[in-house]
Amino acid sequence: MPRHLRLRIGLVLAVIAVSVWYLYPLKSSINLGLDLQGGIHLMLGVEADRHVASQTDRAAEDLKSALERKGIAVKRIAREGNTAIKVELASPQSWNDSRTVVAEFSSFDRRDDDQAAGTFRLVMNDRRVSQLRDDAIRQGLETIRNRIDQFGVSEPTITRQGADQILIQLPGIQDAARAKALIGKTALLEFKLLDERTPIDQALAGHLPETSEVLFGREVDKQTKAERKIPYVVQRRALLTGAELTRAEVSADPNSMGNWQVAIEFTSTGTRIFGEVTEQNVGRRLAIILDGTVYSAPRINERIPGGRAVITGQFTVDDARDLAIVLRAGALPAPVVILEERTVGPSLGSDSIRQGLIAIAGSAIVVFVFMLVYYRLSGLVADIALGLNLLILFACMAAIRATLTLPGLAGIALTIGMAVDTNILIFERIREEMRVGKTPRAAIEAGFRRALRTIVDTHLTVMGTAVILLSFGTSSVKGFGVSLFIGLGASLFTAYFFTRLLFDLLYMGRRKVDAISI
Amino acid sequence: MIELFKNPNYDFIGKRKWAYIVSIAITLISLVSLVAKGGLRYDIDFTGGTLIQVRFEQPPQVAKIRTSLGTIQLGESIIQQFGDPREYIIRLPLVAVGSEEISRRVQGALGADASLGKFEIRRVEFVGPQVGRELQLQAVYLVLGGLIWIAIYLAFRFDLRGGVAAVIAVLHDVIVCLGALSLFNREFSLPVLAALLTIIGYSVNDTIVAYDRLRENRGKSMPKGRTFAQQMNDAVNQTLSRTILTSLTTFFSAAVLLFLGGKTLEDFAFVLFVGVITGTYSTTYVAAALVVDWTSHVEGRLRRGKKAVAKA
Repeated sequence: MPRHLRLRIGLVLAVIAVSVWYLYPLKSSINLGLDLQGGIHLMLGVEADRHVASQTDRAAEDLKSALERKGIAVKRIAREGNTAIKVELASPQSWNDSRTVVAEFSSFDRRDDDQAAGTFRLVMNDRRVSQLRDDAIRQGLETIRNRIDQFGVSEPTITRQGADQILIQLPGIQDAARAKALIGKTALLEFKLLDERTPIDQALAGHLPETSEVLFGREVDKQTKAERKIPYVVQRRALLTGAELTRAEVSADPNSMGNWQVAIEFTSTGTRIFGEVTEQNVGRRLAIILDGTVYSAPRINERIPGGRAVITGQFTVDDARDLAIVLRAGALPAPVVILEERTVGPSLGSDSIRQGLIAIAGSAIVVFVFMLVYYRLSGLVADIALGLNLLILFACMAAIRATLTLPGLAGIALTIGMAVDTNILIFERIREEMRVGKTPRAAIEAGFRRALRTIVDTHLTVMGTAVILLSFGTSSVKGFGVSLFIGLGASLFTAYFFTRLLFDLLYMGRRKVDAISI
Repeated sequence: MIELFKNPNYDFIGKRKWAYIVSIAITLISLVSLVAKGGLRYDIDFTGGTLIQVRFEQPPQVAKIRTSLGTIQLGESIIQQFGDPREYIIRLPLVAVGSEEISRRVQGALGADASLGKFEIRRVEFVGPQVGRELQLQAVYLVLGGLIWIAIYLAFRFDLRGGVAAVIAVLHDVIVCLGALSLFNREFSLPVLAALLTIIGYSVNDTIVAYDRLRENRGKSMPKGRTFAQQMNDAVNQTLSRTILTSLTTFFSAAVLLFLGGKTLEDFAFVLFVGVITGTYSTTYVAAALVVDWTSHVEGRLRRGKKAVAKA
């Protein structure tokens, strides 16, 4: 009797049982990649420097009012680059007073003092810069997660990648364009007064005060679908932003059939500011601006006390719903750009699964038949081993939660052809040993022993490249590397435990063996 | 018992001069094709850009697709049929327009021509310049990693002659695969690179098998009266059936992938297909042949040296 026969049967059965346990139920155990189940893969770059710049702007404004409170006149105060503020005092006499005010801005370092001219620069220190950049990415991630949750996607992946990137994977999304718009929108809502003193044509020619800017509104003709841009001159300073918003709901636009609007409600601070602004500016027009586009600019007829406003535009119900989502989730602290997108429609995904499975099945059938014809009973042993190999391969993928991609399916199809190599090498060696006159049992013994080195060689070379693929590659390459690696690893196991076991059961137990069917 | 080769005793090594001619010719054809076509055609993974796969309800006229895309100012687009006659791939170069705007414009342009009929956008891949650079870098890492791995493996398992010969054989395979990509106007993408690395690993292992057999035979008992070339030929013949059989099963799998695996992975499967063939060929006709010539060159010099010593 061969050694440890019971133990080895037990081991193989245990492996089969564990594999089946991992794979059951099949639908939820194998993690399909986006290329197979359809969905969106987005890599977003966060323009974190824009957040730093806007915080520098805010500091410059605070500094200006702090100086003015102390009675120090300022000639000019402006941001330079993303992190610096250049200050020019009206007179060098107030130099010493200014120093005490500036000392309170602890996240800035004072540089380039020129007392005679009354100028200096404040530069944000590196710690603060990296903190702000980090904030921008973290808040951006939170905001996007919030939006996606409200949009309703099952099992989204939203993770930070590297220094300033966000990876988003949304499986099973039908309307990719809409999802992208929802994610990518900065959603900065601003209320700004119109500058009605500067004529529009003059402003468009570039003649406008430093405190004003030209923004555009969009109007789409219902019949021709042509887009028209309407210029507005608005004051640069935002009186109120979307940060002071508590609710945003969709409702039908009572003034325009078939259009929808978003009703918003402010926080208590927002309500107070909105009340004051409307009280002080009765008769003027207030522009409602989202991401730099003017949506409407109604005239203020009276003080609005309740903290409620509506945003109208030519919104469809989906537009309005998405707008409400982004307003509720809040603005992104810094704009994002799409660095990489891979969107696969659900129909293509299922086509790919079908094709991948056809390739695997085709590869398996050809190899199965070939082995059976060429090696007969031993070929059947190899075929059963190959089946076990595939079972272990899928089970390992389920166990480590590896994602199965289209290249991964291709890797499995290829692995079938390569994994059977172990058995071929063993069988060829056994045949060779028989040719030099060994008895069947001795030939089997020697065949397995002598083929080992060759098998390790052939497996290591390819498994080594598979490791490189799965450690450096992107998802598509990685998927291929994973299935190649696991497939070949499993074939080492099946050849040395399973094929050997079957051979022992077939030939080693009986008293006398005359021939091997090989 | 079916045997592919019964006690094979082909004179592989003796015909190596012809094999050199063939190898050099194939390598030259590959290089000429690569040079003449201005290098490989790179996928958007490396160049950056947008790829949109569209399925129309009816087979469309390419000219109409081209005209409607001409209006949206997204640069020179490449339009290719993709497998099914209703399925097309549109490639757009990198432009200073965001990815959501690109797909919106393409959808709008195709929708504007009513004669194109209904269509479905099945795939959008957009690779920005930053990611394109990252992926290029990644490709370099992959290639370096692969080469280092093979070098380490060869250093352990071969002597100098065998190692150098194996490296030349691998280079031959890589050039032939790249040449085949170029000749058949296929694209070089990340999956293709993965296939190439797999082939590098695969090509080396056959070589190891034959070379091991040579050393095993020589170690057992120095066969008297057989030249080194004959010994190598014996080793190749003895390992012939296993080399052919293991390659054959892998070749079956690669062929099934190429012909049944679908359009998306065709280039990838193509490299595997070509690589398995050339990898098997190069074991004997490049690696083994080179070792034989190198050895006989060295032995010849030694003999001449001895004669010279004897004379003196």
